[in-house]
Amino acid sequence: MTDVKRYPFARSFTALFFLYLYLPIGVVIFFSFNENRLVSVWTGFSLKWYDSALANRALMDAVKISLTVASIATVLATSVALMAALVIVRGRDVKFRRLSETVVNLPLLLPEIVLAVAVLILFSQLGLQNGMAKLIIAHTAFCIPFAFLPIRARLQGMEPDFEEAAQDLYATPWTTFRRVTFPLIAPGVFAGAMLAFVISMDDFITSNMLNSGGSTTLPVYIFGLIKQGTTPELNAISTLIVLGSLILATTALILTFRSEKRA
Amino acid sequence: MDRKKAVEVVNVAKSFGTFQALKGVSFDIYDNEFFTMLGPSGCGKTTLLRMIAGFESPTSGTIRLHGKDILSLPPHKRRVNTVFQSYALFPHMTLEQNISFGLENLGWEKERRRARTAQMLEMVHMSQFARRRPAQLSGGQRQRIALARALAPEPEVLLLDEPLSALDLKLRQAMRDELRALQRATGITFVFVTHDQEEALDMSDRICVLGHGEIQHLGTPNEIYEDPENRFVADFIGETNFFEVDVLAVNGPQATIRTPMGQTLTTFHKGAQVGSKATLSLRPEKIGMEDQADGPAQSGELMEGRITGRNYMGGYTHYTVDVAGVELRVSRRNAVSHSASFDPGRTVRLGFRHDSARVLAR
Repeated sequence: MTDVKRYPFARSFTALFFLYLYLPIGVVIFFSFNENRLVSVWTGFSLKWYDSALANRALMDAVKISLTVASIATVLATSVALMAALVIVRGRDVKFRRLSETVVNLPLLLPEIVLAVAVLILFSQLGLQNGMAKLIIAHTAFCIPFAFLPIRARLQGMEPDFEEAAQDLYATPWTTFRRVTFPLIAPGVFAGAMLAFVISMDDFITSNMLNSGGSTTLPVYIFGLIKQGTTPELNAISTLIVLGSLILATTALILTFRSEKRA
Repeated sequence: MDRKKAVEVVNVAKSFGTFQALKGVSFDIYDNEFFTMLGPSGCGKTTLLRMIAGFESPTSGTIRLHGKDILSLPPHKRRVNTVFQSYALFPHMTLEQNISFGLENLGWEKERRRARTAQMLEMVHMSQFARRRPAQLSGGQRQRIALARALAPEPEVLLLDEPLSALDLKLRQAMRDELRALQRATGITFVFVTHDQEEALDMSDRICVLGHGEIQHLGTPNEIYEDPENRFVADFIGETNFFEVDVLAVNGPQATIRTPMGQTLTTFHKGAQVGSKATLSLRPEKIGMEDQADGPAQSGELMEGRITGRNYMGGYTHYTVDVAGVELRVSRRNAVSHSASFDPGRTVRLGFRHDSARVLAR
């Protein structure tokens, strides 16, 4: 095979591609340090928008709600996904294996607006009032398939030999799971949890539908800010979110790399 | 000899859908025995081993371990351990932890576990690697750890599922000797599964040849090679020449037959019937071959033939000889005394002792 690097214009084309991907984010980060009130007029370096963002009570509340919902939904969705994957991949004499898998993954194929309307109607029928509870239940539901996919992939890629060896060496089913299965699929479980967390943090449509006093998530709050016109505070918030994502992604990469090196 | 039965396989059958993997086999494995289940892939040998371990259950029949029916027990409650073909060493544990795993589950005290683990590591000459992980080992070293891990809990029976197949030739030879020595030293019953007949002949006390879901022959390596029960066994173990022969007379264990080369001879038989066709099996190394100019052959019936093919194998040479239109395979050791090779096209004399041939039912 010809080395891809030898194609003419490969370098400039690659540069163009990454520019296209990251320039908008770069602009946001750049202007978050702008002193001027007008978003697109540079007058000098300043951290004052970070100050005002961090001092904004409503904003901080939204961050707190988003983090709470995402954390709880991640734990719940990952647990359900893990159990589903164990049964679907490892279970003996499972009927409708393919069908079960499709049913678990179906929410990925449905437009989110359909799901959002559906939960809105369901919750009002049930008379559920608690805003946080509604958010957590809805987020858990749509996060499950995202958590499921990496766990299933990891489990399918693992020979059943290790688990058989554990049982052969007198381990009960629970010990087998705790000491062999789980440690070996942990990278998949971690990846699934990360994905679920990001999907929950990022969700707008469902969260907006379920929005009520005291349950405004960060994306919904930001959207509200934009409707009042853009402020440089938005740039600062966005930059902080990018920073948070980078830290999360780096941790994930390091953990995955370590577990691969060990295996 | 009255020996205790370690494993009793009673009328065990297994079907996968409409495919009958095992058609009701019965045999006993004795204490302190190196027992091998040998057969081509798909003969049901691995299925049998997995049934003893508890990973699969028979469609019908029973398996007993030291007299106790074990079919209702899950794998973790059976006092047998397995050496897996893939070794299945836990990649996230050190070698020490791998070996200690079974002992922990059995509830051994920490001190006793440590002592036993150290002892096992020493037994397989791996003490200096105790803190390493499986990924840092070579194939042969992994094999040794898998053995140590399976032997550590002192199982009633050790099951080995083609454990040497992933090793290269030299190492495989060395591991055979090591396995045999380990079996003698520990006194634990080994049940070994392989498709490699040479391995089976070399290591086993007794071999069970499986084919088409049935026992084809159960006996010592010598019996299986020299006195095969049927054509399948003669064909699967080693090389042989098969001829279709007419059975002229049967007298107890002996039968008189006529070969397609035109000789009439009397030798031992298995299931031959007068007036019917049978198969004569004659091993290539049982045939003597001499230059025509050297005078009469030393023994047995003489045949004249022409060499049509030669394969040099190092220690010995395989020849193909045409005798009156019948192709015969002849094998000769390349010893000092007759290192001279016969060229294709040469006319030679062949001879064999009649009692080295076997008449088998077709």
